[in-house]
Amino acid sequence: MEIQFRLNGKQVTKEVAADAILLNVLRDLGCTSVKCGCETTNCGLCTVWVDEKPRLSCSILAASMAGHSVTTLEGVQEEAAEFGRFLAEEGAEQCGFCAPGFIMSVLAMVRELDNPTLEEMKEYLAGNLCRCTGYMGQLRAIRKYMKAKQLPICNNIEEDGNAYVKKEGGPV
Amino acid sequence: MRYVNQAVPKLDAQALVTGQAVYTDDIAPDDCLIVKVLRSPHAHALIRDVQLSRAKAVPGIEAVFTYKDCPDKRFTLAGQTYPEPSPYDRLILDQRVRFVGDPVAIVAGQTEEAVQKALKLIKVQYEVLEPVLDFHKAKDNPVLIHPEENWESLAPVGADNQRNLCAHEECYEGNVEQVLAECAYVVDETYHTKANQQAMMETFRAYSYKDAYGRLNIVSATQVPFHVRRIMATALNIPKSRVRVIKPRIGGGFGAKQTAVMEMYPAFVTWMTGKPAKMVFTREESMIASSPRHEMEVRVRIGADEDGRIRAMDVYTLSNTGAYGEHGPTTVGLSGHKSIPLYGKTDAFRFVYDVVYTNVMSAGAYRGYGATQGIFAVESAVTELAEKMGVDPVVLREKNLVKEGQVMPAYYGETAQSCALDRCLERAKEMIGWEEKYPARDMGNGKVRGIGVGMAMQGSGIAACDTASVALKVNDDGFYSLMIGATDMGTGCDTVLAQMAAECLECGIDEIVVHGVDTDVSPYDCGSYASSTTYVTGMAVVKTCETLREKLLERGAAYLGCDPEDAEFDGEKVTNLKNGESISRAEIGNRVMCNNGDALSASEAFSSPVSPPPFMVGIAEVEVDKLTGAVELIDYAAVVDCGTPINPNLARVQTEGGIAQGIGMALYEDIVYNDKGKNYSNSFMQYKIPSRLDVGTIRVDFESSYEPTGPFGAKSIGEIVINTPAPAIANAVSNAVGVRIRELPITAEKVYWGMQEKK
Repeated sequence: MEIQFRLNGKQVTKEVAADAILLNVLRDLGCTSVKCGCETTNCGLCTVWVDEKPRLSCSILAASMAGHSVTTLEGVQEEAAEFGRFLAEEGAEQCGFCAPGFIMSVLAMVRELDNPTLEEMKEYLAGNLCRCTGYMGQLRAIRKYMKAKQLPICNNIEEDGNAYVKKEGGPV
Repeated sequence: MRYVNQAVPKLDAQALVTGQAVYTDDIAPDDCLIVKVLRSPHAHALIRDVQLSRAKAVPGIEAVFTYKDCPDKRFTLAGQTYPEPSPYDRLILDQRVRFVGDPVAIVAGQTEEAVQKALKLIKVQYEVLEPVLDFHKAKDNPVLIHPEENWESLAPVGADNQRNLCAHEECYEGNVEQVLAECAYVVDETYHTKANQQAMMETFRAYSYKDAYGRLNIVSATQVPFHVRRIMATALNIPKSRVRVIKPRIGGGFGAKQTAVMEMYPAFVTWMTGKPAKMVFTREESMIASSPRHEMEVRVRIGADEDGRIRAMDVYTLSNTGAYGEHGPTTVGLSGHKSIPLYGKTDAFRFVYDVVYTNVMSAGAYRGYGATQGIFAVESAVTELAEKMGVDPVVLREKNLVKEGQVMPAYYGETAQSCALDRCLERAKEMIGWEEKYPARDMGNGKVRGIGVGMAMQGSGIAACDTASVALKVNDDGFYSLMIGATDMGTGCDTVLAQMAAECLECGIDEIVVHGVDTDVSPYDCGSYASSTTYVTGMAVVKTCETLREKLLERGAAYLGCDPEDAEFDGEKVTNLKNGESISRAEIGNRVMCNNGDALSASEAFSSPVSPPPFMVGIAEVEVDKLTGAVELIDYAAVVDCGTPINPNLARVQTEGGIAQGIGMALYEDIVYNDKGKNYSNSFMQYKIPSRLDVGTIRVDFESSYEPTGPFGAKSIGEIVINTPAPAIANAVSNAVGVRIRELPITAEKVYWGMQEKK
């Protein structure tokens, strides 16, 4: 069937099979930042925005996107590069294979969460797996990025060496 | 220093964080045939008949191959230096299938749908055989997994296919039985570590095509491009000159991609059809037919005298290599050789092992490579010894740990020329607050927090084996090309090696272009494994830079018309010290491109007679629920001695990542088979890897020694970092609730039943 939707701000028309998965259709359309890591909705690598909300493109039928707006990392290059610099400053992009999905989630998180606590941030990003970094460097990058952008973070987090820990007795 | 020991961001960072098309599947041509394999539903069977006609009739199917089409010449997929210690026990396709998932047929077609359809239409008649699924019963079992006559072991590793034996060895120093008999305290326990998946985010994948010369080109997510070239030539029975292997960016490896798990399928299709072909493993395939950690059972006997001196250690390891012997004979060695030497005052040691074939998927290389398994056992046993003696396990370690300058008999007699293990322990104790928190604190809410310690060592490359060469040339305007055969799999070795080169050449890092890896172009490097790259390839960089500096000096002096003895190269220019005249590197670079008969380039190789161990201490704080036995990781303090950290940020992230993987191994990860040999752990739903909610807080610090044989004093970092969580967490759980878990993973169920037994 033929569907029309907005992809990274541009109207596209695409012939898709009824059982075509959005992830594969996006890669066919040249958005190769979108990666498949698991096929079982566990890893978060294929995260894109549908109408500005982060969604797993491996679990969406492409046909259902008719009339919707889809954003991949290709559509937010400037923001990705800006946050990516903080990630690279920590050495926390590592193999980079999970980076596109992770960055889509981070950019959505800073837009959605106001004054988040450490736990809220971890929970928001829990669906984005990474096997290289152990997550600590990603968190350092997020903190520094949010500080630089003057985005408020709940003050129950304190720095201990190179890790961030919840302040004893602080609000959860 | 300007670049070494500096947190330089990775040179490829910008491409990775903006999602550029740099990985294998992103750059594969659109016209590749899609390749998939039909997999055996039986753990052990002989193929009696295969009906292909209906599969071949599916529109869009290009070719279907069975064992009858493949060369009957055995090889190993282990990415190791030739002649490989791993036995030659494989064919591309074999009449005998040896695990659930072993390939039976290769199907290539124009679309994924056509290939999927064809796979379903292949009819196979199996003669189902009895499988060997219990690795305790594999040795000398009447059921043979490799009875074939052309099975071959190229190296003297004690292998015997008529006994299901992949390797066997015994080594010792002193009389361990006698010393143990003299000891006041002896612990004799057996520990069991399970098979684990590396679970790198990018699954196995490769594509292949023929070039203008009719040669087979393979683009692969591999850690070992040169080994893949050799293995593919052997597998296809074609000259090595007919194969070229290219490594693009890789989405993680952790050792998984030190085995050529699947390159042969698309390569065979391309070789037979002449057409480009691509294979991308699904996550399920990466879980059921890959190269996980060897399951090992390790018996440790350890004895100490009244004063707490550890006098003897006796280690026996039984390792399960699965259906094929990839890395079987070598991983097992580390379970003793990189655990026993942590203790420097023993009078005697003995280390014996057996590696057996069974009918589960072949094991392979996984970060830590046997050391992880052995260290879990030895570090648990040492803590049990401390418990028996009624002393603080840290105090027992302080008394016995290996110190700088000591000879390590169980580590091939090497001397610890650089070792800050004592400082690592001191610092880790301080970071966690050992004195206040040991052994446990009842939180008053049904939960207890306990802390536990583990020490570790690894190596830096394989001594007198691993070989790395690099090439360096001067281009227009004097920029450098650094050609490497080492494989950056996300670790950042392209950047780390460029940092060393920039330091040696006294230039900006942006003046160095790093290229790797293309076996047609790159100088030989065995690849990135065995924690070799920073140490072995790093030394090759240092040597090459020295040679090129000499050449630059000579050339500059020639252009200045003076003797090189009277000139100096400062990285930017060559100066005639007698008259102050100088010529810039840029000008030299431009001038050598005209009327020149001597290339301004250098290439040197390096191999080390020793493999200096990095050392590490990890201390875990866990919270155990007294009602359910659930274990939560609260805090992890780790201190590493990797010599000089060339890039402190990358070293830190390696450490944090390795610890998180180790936490997964300790608490969740387990490849589970049913009684027919079917793998239940075939997805991220069934095989849980830690998310960011599962790893608590990981804190890392460095206590650096200076390794005299390494580049800028560096040793390795990549593997050692996975070794401490399993014993540290097991010891912490023991301190929290008095339950000693000797079989990983440490699940709530095991802890719960342990607590029940104590009642």
